[in-house]
Amino acid sequence: MFLTLFGLVLAVAVICFVMGRSRAVAVSGTQFSALHSLPSYHGWWMVLMAAGPAFAVLVLWSLISPYLLRPMMLSQFAPQLAEFSAAQLDGFWRDIQAIAGGGMPGVRDAFREEAAAAYQSTSRMSLIGMVTLMIALGAAGFYFGWNAIAVNFRARHRVETAVKVFLAGSATVAILTTVGIVMSLLFESLRFFTMVSPLDFLFGTTWTPQQMAFRADQVGGTAAFGFIPLLTGTLLITFIAMMVAAPLGILAAIYLSDYASPQVRAVGKPVLELLAGIPTVVYGFFAALTVAPFIRNSGQAMGLDVSSESALAAGVVMGIMIVPFVSSLSDDVISAVPQSLRDGSAGLGATKSETIRRVVLPAALPGIVSALVLAVSRAMGETMIVVMAAGMAANLTLNPLEAVTTITVQIGTLLTGDQEFDSPKTLAAFGLGLSLFVITLSLNLVALRVVNKYREQYD
Amino acid sequence: MNSLPSFETTAATSAVPAAAVHPKITGRNVNVFYGEKHAIKDVNVDIPERSVMAFIGPSGCGKSTFLRCINRMNDTISICRVTGDIRIDERDIYDRSLDVVQLRARVGMVFQKPNPFPKSIYENVAYGPRIHGLVKSKSELDEVVETALTKASLWNEVKDRLQESGTGLSGGQQQRLCIARAIAVSPEVILMDEPCSALDPIATAKIEELIDELKQNFTIVIVTHSMQQAARVSQRTAFFHLGVLVEEGTTDQIFTNPVDTRTRDYITGRFG
Repeated sequence: MFLTLFGLVLAVAVICFVMGRSRAVAVSGTQFSALHSLPSYHGWWMVLMAAGPAFAVLVLWSLISPYLLRPMMLSQFAPQLAEFSAAQLDGFWRDIQAIAGGGMPGVRDAFREEAAAAYQSTSRMSLIGMVTLMIALGAAGFYFGWNAIAVNFRARHRVETAVKVFLAGSATVAILTTVGIVMSLLFESLRFFTMVSPLDFLFGTTWTPQQMAFRADQVGGTAAFGFIPLLTGTLLITFIAMMVAAPLGILAAIYLSDYASPQVRAVGKPVLELLAGIPTVVYGFFAALTVAPFIRNSGQAMGLDVSSESALAAGVVMGIMIVPFVSSLSDDVISAVPQSLRDGSAGLGATKSETIRRVVLPAALPGIVSALVLAVSRAMGETMIVVMAAGMAANLTLNPLEAVTTITVQIGTLLTGDQEFDSPKTLAAFGLGLSLFVITLSLNLVALRVVNKYREQYD
Repeated sequence: MNSLPSFETTAATSAVPAAAVHPKITGRNVNVFYGEKHAIKDVNVDIPERSVMAFIGPSGCGKSTFLRCINRMNDTISICRVTGDIRIDERDIYDRSLDVVQLRARVGMVFQKPNPFPKSIYENVAYGPRIHGLVKSKSELDEVVETALTKASLWNEVKDRLQESGTGLSGGQQQRLCIARAIAVSPEVILMDEPCSALDPIATAKIEELIDELKQNFTIVIVTHSMQQAARVSQRTAFFHLGVLVEEGTTDQIFTNPVDTRTRDYITGRFG
């Protein structure tokens, strides 16, 4: 239904555009240049006036009406539903929607049939109401817009304003979504922290949520929610990854921007960026099947005790994965350093590498640091490689040869399969998510401070 | 490099008397190619020591290209090819055994647009002495920086803010900082590629005054679009046109009594 109406609005918009444009031509008479705005702006003006409100009604109504319909129906049948629990109400609501829509309801009885019929008539009323409103607003808008078109009418400015509003709206949606995610993270975490003490979470050194009993009558072990082992695991793997990615990425970027011939650069850069296109799961099995055994075998040859899943394997492969993030962004900022600075340095008798070390890199530092921060965030958020190559055991260790686990992996495990959303075991995921968010955010802030302190600004 | 023994210049310039007994820089049959393009054609020139030589000519005539041959800045352009013979103190600067890094330490350059490094004023001047290891101690470096800034008549303006960024200075100060940066390496020659084209008249006047002082210690070659500037600061002037050195002589002679009609037309504003 929505799509049909949407198509109709679109068709109306096209017609309005054509009509508006030709009316503008008509009112200008023979003096085409007398028009304040080009005819197409008058066309857009008509689209905005006639189709705009109708479209807004369509979207808003479709989004809001389910939330209005449900309490309406439930209050209509309040006496019969008095004893229903929240879950049963949900079921009832799904059933009548299914009956009304011709689907497969869970329970079908006379009461639900009646409720479904009532639901159907109400939603039909709602639809008729919506379409009437759309037509009324569209017609009014059309009438107003049509009469406004004149030689002196500033359609161009009106359209420009509409563009601005539209852009601001898009930005608002993006910002509100972020705020919403952070808020939900915050509130769910607060619920978690009412069940598990924040101190136990932040300073506990054992992580065993899977020991938790599923039901009250089940005998479970003691679940512990200390996130220190996860934090060290995350930091250890991220550190190893950055030890690989930062030097490789930056050196590759320097080569590509300052040493490579244009031909090499034209091939090398896309190939390097191709690394970023490989799915992480592919890196994961590469890590688990090739790198991890290699590290274990060479470790054993040296007489070291290496587990078959190790932080080192995951970290190294992850480092390779994020090389393109570092190199591509660094290459852009290094290339952006003005040639005049390079010339100035060369003119004083500096060699190429002196110029790069003393002039180009300091000038490109802010960009390089932000590339590194982005890479760290990426490494911290990576899950698949760790699951496959570093394991799931929450060991509290700084030994890169042992199996460790990370925050993201544990979030994944906690939320996989059938879960209840009121047990600390599940809610722990939000606590972990929040801590990850705080870590990444503080990292960004620190990086920003560092950059502002040491930046060498060129113009 | 094929060096020709002939010290005679081309027909147009042969009438000009030799610049000095001992020219600092000599160019003989210099040709420059950018890929297929023949940018400089058989240029012969003598540049006298401790004086100012100006290169003038319309845009694209090759004067900047020739200037950049003198410290081999054209080396950084891969399609650029230089033939002929350029000597400083009778030493071929395109000789294989010559280290381009040392050449550029002896031949400093000031660019069209002021290009101070995004570092402090002090670090800008200290850059050259540091990379060439010219000083042994911090106090010695301080001295070099002060001397260079003084010679560039910038010391009084910046002595209290040496640690502030060089990019925060005004355009004219930035250009004098770039001159100080070049002087700090104690070069013998300073090449200036339209050093005042991005500056206002007052800053330009200061730079010109500075150039006049610097010629006591340095050999200066300046490319300029302003004929008044060439007349004000230089002792000798060379006029380039379409890659050819049309005429070279004392500045007085070039501006009051040019031999070639092209020079006369350019100087009187008939073309260019």
